[in-house]
Amino acid sequence: DFLNFIPDSPQVEYTQECKTKNANILGFCWTSSTEIVFITDQGMEFYQVLPEKRSLKLLKNQSINVNWYMYCPESSVILLSTTVLGNVLQPFYFKSGTMSKLSKFEIELPAAPKSSKLSLSERDIAMATIYGQLYVLYLRHHSRTSNSTGAEVVLYHLPREGSCKRTHILKLNRTGKFALNVVDNLVVVHHQDTETSVVFDIKLKGEFDGSTTIHQFVLPPRSIQPYQIPVAGPASVTSQSPVPCKLYSSSWIVFQPDIIISASEGYLWSLQVKLEPVVNLLLDKGKLMDFLLQRKECKMVILSVCSQMLSEPERGSLSVIATVFDKLNHEYKKYLEAEQSYTMVVEAGLSRSTPAPKRPVRTQAVVDQSDMYTHVLSVFTEKKEAPHKFTIAVLMEYIRSLNQVQIAVQHYLYELVIKTLVQHNLFYMLHQFLQYHVLSDSKPLACLLLSLESIYPPAHQLSLDMLKRLSTANDEIVEVLLSKHQVLAALRFIRGIGGHDSISARKFLDAAKQAEDEMLFYTIFRFFEQRNLRLRGSPSF
Amino acid sequence: MATAAAGGAGQEKQLAPTLLSFFIYNPKLGPKEGEEEKKILFYHPNEVEKNEKIRNVGLCEAIIQFTRTFSPTKPAKSLHTQKNRQFFHEPEENFWMVMVVRNPIIEKHKDGKPVYEYQEEELLDKVYSSVLQQCYSMYKLFNGTFLRAMEDGGVKVLKERLEKFFHRYLQTLHLQSCDLLDVFCGISFFPLDKMTYLKIQSFINRMEESLNIVKYTAFLYNDQLIWSGLEQDDMRILYKYLTTSLFPRHMEPELAGRDSPIRAEMPGNLQHYGRFLTGPLNLNDPEAKCRFPKIFVNTDDTYEELHLIVYKAMSAAVCFMIDASIPPTLEFCRKLDSIVGPQLTVLASDICEQYNINKRISGAEKEPQFKFIYFNHMNLAEKSTIHMRKTPSVSLASVHPDLMKILGDINSDFSRVDEDEEIIVKAMSDYWVVGKKSDQRELYVILNQKNANLIEVNEEVKKLCATQFNNIFFLD
Repeated sequence: DFLNFIPDSPQVEYTQECKTKNANILGFCWTSSTEIVFITDQGMEFYQVLPEKRSLKLLKNQSINVNWYMYCPESSVILLSTTVLGNVLQPFYFKSGTMSKLSKFEIELPAAPKSSKLSLSERDIAMATIYGQLYVLYLRHHSRTSNSTGAEVVLYHLPREGSCKRTHILKLNRTGKFALNVVDNLVVVHHQDTETSVVFDIKLKGEFDGSTTIHQFVLPPRSIQPYQIPVAGPASVTSQSPVPCKLYSSSWIVFQPDIIISASEGYLWSLQVKLEPVVNLLLDKGKLMDFLLQRKECKMVILSVCSQMLSEPERGSLSVIATVFDKLNHEYKKYLEAEQSYTMVVEAGLSRSTPAPKRPVRTQAVVDQSDMYTHVLSVFTEKKEAPHKFTIAVLMEYIRSLNQVQIAVQHYLYELVIKTLVQHNLFYMLHQFLQYHVLSDSKPLACLLLSLESIYPPAHQLSLDMLKRLSTANDEIVEVLLSKHQVLAALRFIRGIGGHDSISARKFLDAAKQAEDEMLFYTIFRFFEQRNLRLRGSPSF
Repeated sequence: MATAAAGGAGQEKQLAPTLLSFFIYNPKLGPKEGEEEKKILFYHPNEVEKNEKIRNVGLCEAIIQFTRTFSPTKPAKSLHTQKNRQFFHEPEENFWMVMVVRNPIIEKHKDGKPVYEYQEEELLDKVYSSVLQQCYSMYKLFNGTFLRAMEDGGVKVLKERLEKFFHRYLQTLHLQSCDLLDVFCGISFFPLDKMTYLKIQSFINRMEESLNIVKYTAFLYNDQLIWSGLEQDDMRILYKYLTTSLFPRHMEPELAGRDSPIRAEMPGNLQHYGRFLTGPLNLNDPEAKCRFPKIFVNTDDTYEELHLIVYKAMSAAVCFMIDASIPPTLEFCRKLDSIVGPQLTVLASDICEQYNINKRISGAEKEPQFKFIYFNHMNLAEKSTIHMRKTPSVSLASVHPDLMKILGDINSDFSRVDEDEEIIVKAMSDYWVVGKKSDQRELYVILNQKNANLIEVNEEVKKLCATQFNNIFFLD
């Protein structure tokens, strides 16, 4: 029965019967605001609702024996359980008024069924979107292979086109009553008997046997953190402290993807992932980084892992630190490349013809140089609790990692390196870094070097070299030479680059005057007189 | 040690300069009459009669004392006589080192009898003074200062150390081929791109972390320096030792002949090419001795004594320096071999690959058609397209020795004044020599152009500066 809710319109009921006679309706799904699907034990009927006419139009009718069905609204897919055993699943995909049949697939049951009755029940199947792909999750209570005990979750990947394949097996290593949720691209399996849940990330490495990857759970089983329910009571009674909710109760009903209904207490919960405790549970930093980089709210946790890694008491070895930096910069580079190709496409104006490219979204997993500098490196170098060799080694590892993926290093990182080297009087090290252009040329860096001249005389030479290489810093070079009273050298330099016609005479004359060398002043004066003669026809200024 | 080079026309023969004598003395050790012998700490050749030794030492002492009245702050540096030249050096207070070099001779035949003509002004003071100073630096690298030796056991210990060291070292002096490069005693740096350099840095940091008793590290490739953890002055002399003495002694086993005994010494490790140049030869031998040469660095302030471990894989060599108080055990050597060997082998092949790529990219444009010598006082970097390695320990110049002498003269001129200078010299037969000094850097160029004039030469040098040295700032 249907009823339109349209303001200012009479409320008149209208009904629709199944086309198939003698069919039992198992249920119905709304695939859009005006499309509805009736599922019966003999097939599926796809209708379009026409509210103005108060009638329904049959769009498609599929005849098939159905045991039960499941609907995934996120991906607009209805899954039907067919055949006697119930393990052949037929998916249908709904989009903008069309219903397309996807290829059917068979779920492998634990053992050859003895009788021909329904062996696959609705309770053991779930559909969820993980990492943008649709999966059918099958909770198998006994493994197919004889040597492993315990239940497992088998994942079948359901692509938009092509056949459905079994891609992952998640090992639970125990038996009992389980429930599944999918949060933040993680498969969370709740176990009622031990009142714990385990977490699986299918993007982490597992054993690969050629077609399927077998995963163990990422973290040791833990209980869900209970929510403190504030107790509402009469105002006269002093408010009681909040009561933790009951977890893993038998009255729990689980809905995909992340909904748990606690029927006895009357609450509807949404499951969330807390990342901070993970840091202490996953000791392999490389694996930890892989895990964190896939999660939504990961940035601050990642940065805290980096900070922890650099300071006591859990200071990591340089190879671990290098691995972590490499993983982070790999993500960073991926984002930069996506941005770059988007910009190129937009600028080339191709967006008119092909579907407009989407601007790449910067996820929290992208940790760029300013994040690293602000939250990790500057704090680390300020604290000065690490031996200076280690501090410099860490900074150089980060710079190396950036260079390896060809990301240009920001000058504030170089400044940090120079500051640390200067603080510990490691001037020869600084000189070697500059000699091999490890610290890229930039004007701020050249100025920083000039300021070091009083404590390290070769800095003057190094900074002049850098300014020359920059080739946009001729004014600065002249200033440096004049400040050292090398007036003739400055003048010759300007003449060498052809800028002598446009410089102001006053600066040079002042400098020559300060040098208190009459011959020098005369020389400079004559030079400018001749220039005036050449440019303006008279030697006067 | 006199090697006679075939001379010019007729029956002329040219005899190169040789070492006549070398001695070290301290006048404070025997101030009174009759005690002169106590002053002498080392004398070569030892066979000379005692009185003659005393006479020679006395003469030097007298001259230095005498000249002090005229120049109290800068004592005499050398004494020119017809037949020889004496060089003086006071490395530590009251300790004097003197080297006497015989002037080069032209042997002519007149009326059937040989006549010797001494060429008094051929030798360059600065060159041989520098050689003398390096004698001291090299001694100090392996034995510490004279003062320390005196503190350790008085004059006797000092004499023993001097005898042991100089007896061998003086035999390695090749006075006939000393030139401007000896004045500089510079370091040749290996050109590398940034990424490979950072990889090497990363490798060194990780090695130092794993082998945590290592105090300093240095990394060389192909006899050229890439990284030094030691201070400049110490690295300078260590570099000279490595390139002129240690590396030539250990030829790569891959280059050795099939029946060469070096091949048999290979530890039989097929996973990597690393091996120890100093220390145990065969790690599998439990009796292998783990003795490493000891060196002394930072003698001016912290005075550290270190074990020098040199480990090489293909063309890459790493020097690990460990405090002398911690004797490295065989187990430590094995650990080092297992950690460093594989990674160094990979790194060495990376460097080689990168170097070949860079050479292909820069290609023929950067082929040095110019003969030049470049030296930077700030970082001791030197580059010479004039010298070629004929034998492992001696670099021979490919230009006429007269031209090298001109270079030496220009250098002396430069060191007299502090300002930037440029000097152009027209040498014999179409050769022009240009010397340029700019802010602690020196560049010497030898050009050979027919009928060139001053302006053209100037232009050529400017072009050279712009192409070969466009990374650095040269004032015109």
